[in-house]
Amino acid sequence: MTVTPEPKPFEPVMIGFTCNWCSYRAADMAGTARMKYAPNVRLIRLMCSGRLDPTFVFKAFAGGADGVLVSGCHPGDCHYINQNYKALRRFHLMQRVLTQMGIEPGRLKLLWASAAEGAIFAREITKFVEEVRALGPLNWNANIGHPTADHELSSVVEGQPSTKEVTA
Amino acid sequence: MTAKPKFAMYWAASCGGCEIAVLNIHEKILDVDAAFDVVFWPVAMDAKYADVEKMEDGEITLCLFNGGMRNDENEHIAKLLRRKSKLLVSFGSCACEGCIPGLANFSSLKDMVDTAFSTITTDNPNNIRPQSSYAMPEGTITIPTLNPVLKTLDQVVDVDYYMPGCPPESAQIAAVVDLVIAALNGKAELPPKGATIGAGDSTVCDECPRKRNVKTIKEFNRIQLMAADPELCLLEQGIPCNGPATRSGCVARCPSAGAQCIGCYGPAEGVVDYGARLIAAFASVIDSEKPEEIDKILDGLVDPAGQFYRFNLAGSLLRASKYARSNGG
Repeated sequence: MTVTPEPKPFEPVMIGFTCNWCSYRAADMAGTARMKYAPNVRLIRLMCSGRLDPTFVFKAFAGGADGVLVSGCHPGDCHYINQNYKALRRFHLMQRVLTQMGIEPGRLKLLWASAAEGAIFAREITKFVEEVRALGPLNWNANIGHPTADHELSSVVEGQPSTKEVTA
Repeated sequence: MTAKPKFAMYWAASCGGCEIAVLNIHEKILDVDAAFDVVFWPVAMDAKYADVEKMEDGEITLCLFNGGMRNDENEHIAKLLRRKSKLLVSFGSCACEGCIPGLANFSSLKDMVDTAFSTITTDNPNNIRPQSSYAMPEGTITIPTLNPVLKTLDQVVDVDYYMPGCPPESAQIAAVVDLVIAALNGKAELPPKGATIGAGDSTVCDECPRKRNVKTIKEFNRIQLMAADPELCLLEQGIPCNGPATRSGCVARCPSAGAQCIGCYGPAEGVVDYGARLIAAFASVIDSEKPEEIDKILDGLVDPAGQFYRFNLAGSLLRASKYARSNGG
C-alpha cells in the first residue's frame, strides 16, 4: 500500500506593525503569559501607528507578504494624542487603493489593542492568519513581466478566427 | 580635428511630447548640433537599427531615452542603446516611471487590446487583432509582441541618470545640455550615477506660490465643479493636488495656473512609493476621527489609485494590478 504524503498546508507570510505603547505591549503580554497563537506574523515595532507610512504596507505586499496587520492604541488612547486616527484614515484610504489593485481587503487588517489585551491580540492574530490562509497565497511579484506576452496575446485572439484575417 | 561626441534620442512607448520638449529649447538646439554629432534620432532623422548595431560599444556619448517598455522591440532597443551609450538618460516620465502608457497596468492585456481595437471609437467591423506573426504567401511576417505589463526603462537596463517630467521642462533640458557640454570640455563635473537631473530635490509645494495654512479638509472637491480660490492652497480647498509628493522642477506650473498638480515630475527626493506618500499626505489632512465619516469623505475621491498613480504605476512598488498579471478579462 502506498501512502501519498499530505500536501503541505499553505503557511501565510505576514507582517504586523505594532505601536510601542499599546499593541506591542499586548504582544509582549501574550508572550510572557505563554498564550499560544499562530506564529505566521512577523512583528515590526513602530513608535506609533501614526508612524506607519503606507509605503511599508505596499513594500510588504510587493516583497511577498500574504497579509499585513496594522495595530495601535485604542481610539482616544494614543500616546501621541491623536496619531492613531491618522493611521485609521490611512488604513481606509489604503484599502481603497489596494482593492483597485486587486488585493483583497481581507489581507490588510487594523487592530486596536491596549497593553492589557494580550489575549485579544493573540486571538485576533490567529483569526487573521486563518482568514488570510483561506484567501490563499498572494505571490505579488512572482510572475510579473515574464516574456509570456506572445503566448498571452495569441490566447487573447483564440476563438476569434475572423480576427486572423487581414482585410484589404 | 577630433570627431564630435555622438548623440542619440529614442522613443519607446511614449507620445512624442519629449521630442517636442527637446526642440523647444529653441536656439540651444544649435549648441547641441555644434557639440554633438546626432547619429540616431528616429523622430528627427532617418537612421536604421542596423546603423546602431554596427557601432562600437559605448560609441554614443549621450543617449536620451524616452518611453516605457511596452513590447519586445522597446526592450531590444533599450538593451542595444545601453550597450552603445556611455551615458544613458531615462528621459521623461514614461521611461522613468511608466507615465500614462503605464496606466494600462491597471487592466489585463485582453482588456487593453479590446479597448484599443473594439470600442466604439474604433472602426473594426471584423474585430481584427494584431498578430505577432502571420503567414503570408511571401513568408511569415512579424510585429513586436506586447509585454503583459509595461515596464520602466530601469526595470530592463541599467540607467545612468533620470530626468523626470511629462515632458521635462525645456529650460531644464537646456540646463542639462549645457552641463553635459561643459563636462565634455572638462569645465564641469557630472553628477553621480543614478542621480535625478534637470529637476529640483524638493516638492512642488515648495515652489508653489499659493498661501498655505494648517490643512484640514471635510470634503474632496473636483476642481471643474467649483470656483476655486485663486490664492489659497488647492489641497486646503479639498481639491486633490499631488504637490506634496511630487518632485519640484516645474516651478509649480499647474497650481500657478489654477489647476491641481497631477504629479508628472514623479516622486520627490527620498520618496520610495509615490502613491503611498500621497495616501499618507491626503489621509493626514482629513478632518474626521469617525470611520463612517472618513469613508464618506473618501467617497469624494472618485478614483484614488488613478489619482495617486497617474504617472507612477509602472514604477511603483506594486507595479501593476492583479488584473494585469492575469490573462483573463
